[in-house]
Amino acid sequence: MRVAGQLVSLRTRPRALLVVTVLATTLAALGVLALSTGRYPIPVATLVEAVTGQAPRAIEFVVFGMRLPRMLAAILVGLALGISGALFQSLTRNPLGSPDLIGLNSGAATGAILALLVGGGALVTSTAAITGGLATAVVVYLLASIGGLHTPRIVLVGIGLSALLTAVNHYLLTRARLAEAQHAAAWLAGGLNGRGWGHVASVAVAIAVLAPVALLLAARLRIMALGDDLALALGVSLSRSRLMLLVLAVTLSAVATATAGPVPFVALAAPQLVARLVGGAGPHLVSAGLMGAVLLVAADIAAQQAVPGVQLPTGVLTGLLGGIYLAWLLTREWRTSAQ
Amino acid sequence: MSTTVTKTGSSDLRAHDLTLAYQRRVVVEGLTLQIPRHSFTAVIGPNAGGKSTLLRALARVLKPRSGAVYLDAQLIDSMPTKEVARRLGLLPQTSTAPEGITVFDLVSRGRHPHQRLLRQWSTEDEAAVTDAMRATKVAELAERPVDELSGGQRQRVWLAMALAQQTPLLLLDEPTTFLDITHQVETLDLCAELHQQHGRTLVAVLHDLNLACRYATHLIAMADGEIVAEGPPADIVTADLVYRTFQLPCRVITDPESGTPLVLPLARRPLDPTR
Repeated sequence: MRVAGQLVSLRTRPRALLVVTVLATTLAALGVLALSTGRYPIPVATLVEAVTGQAPRAIEFVVFGMRLPRMLAAILVGLALGISGALFQSLTRNPLGSPDLIGLNSGAATGAILALLVGGGALVTSTAAITGGLATAVVVYLLASIGGLHTPRIVLVGIGLSALLTAVNHYLLTRARLAEAQHAAAWLAGGLNGRGWGHVASVAVAIAVLAPVALLLAARLRIMALGDDLALALGVSLSRSRLMLLVLAVTLSAVATATAGPVPFVALAAPQLVARLVGGAGPHLVSAGLMGAVLLVAADIAAQQAVPGVQLPTGVLTGLLGGIYLAWLLTREWRTSAQ
Repeated sequence: MSTTVTKTGSSDLRAHDLTLAYQRRVVVEGLTLQIPRHSFTAVIGPNAGGKSTLLRALARVLKPRSGAVYLDAQLIDSMPTKEVARRLGLLPQTSTAPEGITVFDLVSRGRHPHQRLLRQWSTEDEAAVTDAMRATKVAELAERPVDELSGGQRQRVWLAMALAQQTPLLLLDEPTTFLDITHQVETLDLCAELHQQHGRTLVAVLHDLNLACRYATHLIAMADGEIVAEGPPADIVTADLVYRTFQLPCRVITDPESGTPLVLPLARRPLDPTR
């Protein structure tokens, strides 16, 4: 199927379009659900009144001051994670090549814990988290580049570094005072509790800049998936493209982590789920982003609703669901390859 | 085959004083060569003799340790890589298709050098892909996943991808490996057709000496990273050349079918006809 205009022409498959439509619709429905559920359930009719300015002040405050920014933050962080995961998995040609498994989350956590230990506030903590994630990415990149960059090696080096950083994080927590440790543990669990318009604005700006670049580079990514020799033969400048795509993927993941803490498995699962829905060869960046958003909004609603009266951290829920999914995926692939 | 696969005008490819190496291991040293314009050049030689390495360097995929490759008299490394990709295509020896990719999708990726940031899929792209699939007889497989195809079908799909690139120069690294004799002949017929009717310059690494002699207009015999001899098959293929290249004692007779040299390995021990 060819979509053509004066300037732009591209090819897409009907099934890919269908998946995008279904995901977008699901996301919209989940968005409404996120606004209407919570400690004070608000019926959809009242939501409409709030939008048109006919609802009581208290309801307007709950909707626009609390639930809407939290829901938007979930969508944007999910988008960032989904796209980042799809970029990583395609670059490393490995379904386990996702920012949370190759040490970026652990590195961000190290940064955040250090900031919390010296008594840093929210801004310092998220800056330290971004710095930690980026520093880890640089180390992974350098280690994987010894003797020429071999992108699949990024996964192996990253998993090793992730284990090392996790040990460091545990040690740091034992050195912390109780209040600091608790604070750090809450950050480490990952979640969207109390996220406001400030958070939404910063992620929105990051995505508005990074996502279009990712989409424009997707064509190169498709060629790079054919292997180094063919990518070079087809006119892709490998080292430059790899670096640009890695920087893009790492930044998206860092922005997400700075906003919501280290939310696990969304970046890992979203591209995999989409690959199974769309079929064919990826990367399906738009669908992966939307799937990330759907997963995170759904997990956030579930985290608030699963246990009555208790707000679970969103990250705990995505970790739980993601772990089950990963185990299922691995056993299934193992079984099909054993046949 | 339809005529839109045509790309008129040929490109000129030569290498000067090439030294090629992987880490410490030098494979080719001080090699100079010129691919004759409009030729169907076959590179023959024993395994590990530097054939693939040379082809990768000619396609600027392997950076030479020293020396240079020139495409149309320009230093290939100084040209924009996408510009090179519109003039020179490479089919590597082994390629792994991305998981789940369909034939059409794979072949369409050969169009990358002709695409721009926003204009990613034009009617020319569509026509080039359709023609390439028709020429290699994989059109009816278009929507099938590449993983499910036989080795021979897969090889033809990769060839289709290289054809879709529509370059005047095409380098093929063992395009007939994994193919049965029928498909080998079909593939070489297709190459001959591309060469004769469309004026493309082809360079192919081939293992079957007799097919190489039959189809190629120019032969390069390589051993230990050096060119043993080069020229039209009828002029250079002798028992002595085959022995110097492959260490294989043989007789060379005239192929009754094509009039080209036919290499018959000598029996190394007396054969018992009553076996």
